[in-house]
Amino acid sequence: MAMLLSMPSLSPTMETGVITTWRKSVGDHIDVGEVLAEIETDKAVMDYEMADEGFIRAFLVEPGQEVPVGTPIAILSETADEDISETEQQAKSQAPAAAPQPKAQDQPPAAGNGSGQPPAAPAAPQQPAPAPAQPPATPPQQAQQAAAPPQAQQAPAPSAAPAPAAPGDGRVRISPFARKLAEQQGLNWQSLQGSGPGGRIVARDIEGAIAGGAPPAQAPAPQAQPASGAAPQAPAPARAAQPPSGPLPPFEDLPLSMMRKVIARTMTQSKQTVPHFQTSRKVRVEAFLELREQLKAQFPDVRISINDMLIKACAVALRKHPVINSQFLDDRIRRFNTVDVAVAVNTDDGLITPVVRNVEQKGFAQIATEVRALAEKARERKLTPEEYQGGTFTISNMGMFGVTEFNAIINPPQAAILAVAGVMREPVVQGDDIVPGQTMMITLSSDHRVIDGVAAAEFLATLSSIIETPLAMLM
Amino acid sequence: MGTQTIFFREALNQAMVEEMERDPAVFLMGEEVGQYNGAYKVSLNMLDRFGPRRVVDTPISENGFTGIAIGAAMTGLRPIVEFMSFNFALVAFDQIVSNAAKTLYMSGGQFPIPMVLRGPGGPAAQVAAQHSNVVDSLFAYFPGLKVVSPSTAYDAKGLLKSAIRDNNPVVFIENEMLYGLKEELPEEEYTVPIGEAEVKVQGSDVTVIAYSRMAHMIQGALEEFAKENISVELVDPRTIRPLDVDTIAASVAKTHRVVILEEGHRFCGVGAQIADDIYSRCFDDLDAPIVRVTHTDNPLPYAKNIEAASLPSPAQVIQAAKQVLYRL
Repeated sequence: MAMLLSMPSLSPTMETGVITTWRKSVGDHIDVGEVLAEIETDKAVMDYEMADEGFIRAFLVEPGQEVPVGTPIAILSETADEDISETEQQAKSQAPAAAPQPKAQDQPPAAGNGSGQPPAAPAAPQQPAPAPAQPPATPPQQAQQAAAPPQAQQAPAPSAAPAPAAPGDGRVRISPFARKLAEQQGLNWQSLQGSGPGGRIVARDIEGAIAGGAPPAQAPAPQAQPASGAAPQAPAPARAAQPPSGPLPPFEDLPLSMMRKVIARTMTQSKQTVPHFQTSRKVRVEAFLELREQLKAQFPDVRISINDMLIKACAVALRKHPVINSQFLDDRIRRFNTVDVAVAVNTDDGLITPVVRNVEQKGFAQIATEVRALAEKARERKLTPEEYQGGTFTISNMGMFGVTEFNAIINPPQAAILAVAGVMREPVVQGDDIVPGQTMMITLSSDHRVIDGVAAAEFLATLSSIIETPLAMLM
Repeated sequence: MGTQTIFFREALNQAMVEEMERDPAVFLMGEEVGQYNGAYKVSLNMLDRFGPRRVVDTPISENGFTGIAIGAAMTGLRPIVEFMSFNFALVAFDQIVSNAAKTLYMSGGQFPIPMVLRGPGGPAAQVAAQHSNVVDSLFAYFPGLKVVSPSTAYDAKGLLKSAIRDNNPVVFIENEMLYGLKEELPEEEYTVPIGEAEVKVQGSDVTVIAYSRMAHMIQGALEEFAKENISVELVDPRTIRPLDVDTIAASVAKTHRVVILEEGHRFCGVGAQIADDIYSRCFDDLDAPIVRVTHTDNPLPYAKNIEAASLPSPAQVIQAAKQVLYRL
């Protein structure tokens, strides 16, 4: 008995994968639990562990080749030399990229926008769903028929879906009702992935996209006004920008890594759908720095950074201002009861934000240890989905680069992000004198659907008083 | 405001008795309706009550006595023709289709045919191929006939009274397996209009359209649907022709998913017509193609197990519902 192994879905947001290394060779025997290959996903490089055992008879994709989830990647057989020609045929018929079908919201429409799932940060506008693997190629209803012969009952024969994979003719399939929903919401459905047969976009895909804050439909002409509801930015086209006409200077094109694609998609969607506004405050950090020195002296073996302390300060402030620790969902505001802070980490490939959970319960030392571990894993592309998904608030610190001030783009579906600039030694007013002081500009970007100006200002006031009088963290 | 708990067959009996009391032109004819009190006891005691001029035992000659009934209707009477089963009505198919259905039209309106052709139709319990025909779509096919098929005793009584009062030939298809059902009905008189569907069960996930015995089957299987987390809206057309598309369309607009269930065959079955009406009216409301659950494409055998396998079951309807919900 031979079987096809397909590109697995290793994370809820994974749509395509790349084999980076085969860890076995053709002809090898492989056991359950052994790693067959290392697979690069949109977030990390992960091990693909076998759920079956057998002999590896063929590899169907090249390392480095990007294929959608569900594409056959190898042939496994029970015995070392049995005939696999049928399976090879099957592989050929499924091979050239079947359209990926990441599962969107699996909730009934009556449940509203199905936002019961924890949000995925930073990327993926679609909410994650629990289902991993692709549906099998054979129509499942045949296996579940009550009794024997005539299949004329169920629809597999006549009307309904033939194969799960999209026919590959380039047409985007959408159910009439889903199309109506999308048009009502001003949603651009052309770029959505459908979870129905043949890649059909169905109502729950639209609902999922709305809950995840998908980009609204754009007018076709680039100069036209953006569709109502879009942020008043220059309309970013859903497709690739047209190359400029006229003679070009010499250039080289770089392929997009998956991470880059995800960042591009998420940041665009964030700026297009979330009404951002920025509130800045210059805080005096002498007391904060002094506290760090004191802690260093008392606990020489514990390394904590200013950023670790800032994460804690934010958590304290967020508890006092829960509106900042919230999320906008179409028909309600969700307030989180814990503070899970996502920390922006720069890697070779791009930006990723691992999450420190329940910061309100942790001290500096634990926060520091976790952040360090997560940052290292992030740089090695080894973060698991549980480590980078979710988060109720994000901090991005560019102080180490000498940036004096900046504002960050909100990670949807969070409602705010704090941009922390560098500590600057500069003149400050003390009483009636001008003295040297140390300041740091912090800028909060807020989602105006949830957070009004005063709320942002009050949060910053609390945060800066915590930074300037750190013992307030004990209150 | 009293109620009575009676059998489905008694409800039919009451409808005929009340209408015969009300209008002396109404009379009943058919095999065994008089002295035997009805092959299924639907006409119990009616001969005693109304006498042999109004409760007429016929020979086994459907073609003949249906023709007689049509003649009676043309000359001012309002016959109720009972077929021992609708399988036997096929012997009188030409009378029904060529004469009953067309005479009003062909006579330029001079001869309305106010008659009811009633009896049990469809599969029963191992009555085998020739006695299990589902004839609904055969009669619904011809303009000039109304076709009614109730699933509850309440509907049966109300619709039969309306059918008797209707000036058109009405094919009234009952189901032998429902005759023994007990139900609580009002004591006072009421009618149910022909041509109106009813939402028997409110739901939100999927519209299941079913009538007669199939509607009854779904009513009894609601728990199984609930176990699968499927909220069913059951729409019973009650009248096959004219079909109440408005009620169906309102349900489709609400749930966006349709399963049509029928005891008859797939090809040219009643469900095919209903599907066509839905696609025409409700295309933009559909999130999935309509799925039909029907009798398999074979004559119904005598063997109990194959009979069961050939007919729809709640499990199949649940599978169909999951299919349109994309939960398979």
